[in-house]
Amino acid sequence: MSDVENTVKEILEAHGRLPVSALTLKSDDDLYQKGLTSHASVNVMLALEDSFDVVFPDALLRRGTFQSVSAICEALTTLGVGVDPV
Amino acid sequence: MNTEEFRQSLLDAGLLVDGGVDGLYLRSFRFESIVRGLEAYISSAWFDPRQTQLFLPPIMPLSTLVTAGYATSFPNLIGTISSFMGSERELVTLLEALSTGEDWSAHLTQVEVALCSASCHPIYPLLRSLPVPDEGLLYEVQCPCFRHEPSHDPARMQSFRQHEYIYVGPEEGARTRRELWIAGARELLEDLGLDIDVVEANDPFFGRAGQLLAAGQREKVLKYELMTRISSDSPGAVCSGNYHEDHFGKDFGLSLSDGSIAHSACFGFGLDRITLSLLFTHGFDVDAWPSATRQRLFATTVSPGTS
Repeated sequence: MSDVENTVKEILEAHGRLPVSALTLKSDDDLYQKGLTSHASVNVMLALEDSFDVVFPDALLRRGTFQSVSAICEALTTLGVGVDPV
Repeated sequence: MNTEEFRQSLLDAGLLVDGGVDGLYLRSFRFESIVRGLEAYISSAWFDPRQTQLFLPPIMPLSTLVTAGYATSFPNLIGTISSFMGSERELVTLLEALSTGEDWSAHLTQVEVALCSASCHPIYPLLRSLPVPDEGLLYEVQCPCFRHEPSHDPARMQSFRQHEYIYVGPEEGARTRRELWIAGARELLEDLGLDIDVVEANDPFFGRAGQLLAAGQREKVLKYELMTRISSDSPGAVCSGNYHEDHFGKDFGLSLSDGSIAHSACFGFGLDRITLSLLFTHGFDVDAWPSATRQRLFATTVSPGTS
């Protein structure tokens, strides 16, 4: 598991208000099925922005972006997180 | 005609009186007669003996504003109320601030009631202590609501009436009921001679985080609006049909007999907006409105037992 994925899970644990521990989630588990609400996804988004020093553009402010741990990591990659500078 | 021209024509005709602040209007009895006619038309068409009917005051518990999530999602629209709760000594500083034109709001304390944010919000706390029956609960309510949206557009009043239908119960019931309401409302308004479009919509959640909430609401089609011309040729929403999933059920602790969280839905008629739309569409001379429209809004009925 990458550092980014670890951090994402820790943020979900702290802010996702999931009934299950986010640390036990698989990368492709549907977070909404696991109990992530729209309002909690907002808190997660803000915590991710703070932690990774990024800003989610309008195009990424969609439910799909926070559908799973891997979806979140993919979105963060497009924002340059975890990508080695050339 | 544009919005400003329509607004001025309403004021010139004496249908509305400028209240001195953007979005604040005093209504003439002539304007109100259309609102009352609409209220009777809708209420009679959608009468259901299972519905509990309530007129709500323009205020509700402050705690409801918070529990319903309105203060979180729309902090820019809420109206809280403050009053002086200080001592005789503190009164002196309040009076001083008032006389010198300083900001005197700092001497006031938020009270336990707030202006009503939406007609369905005051209903949910009433259902806390009892299990919701499997067939669901139905309410018909009317409430003067407040949204802090000062605007020159008369369609955007700060104080306006919602005539609303509410369902609390199983998920399937909430979804079905909303579909029925949307179809029924479209027919009711088209029978008044209004052109109606039903569109998927979202609430105006505040800020960047609000964009994520709005996107989620649209993707799950939680909100429909009935659109028509209100104060200009650009259509606006006169009604909305909302499916809340278990949002209010969770927040207010509403459960079904099997212990699962209740779902809810609501459908609101914006009485002031529909009245404006009727005036915009049919003109200000109500006697010259289509006879079908007048018949539906103003036909009087004779009560049983009277001659």
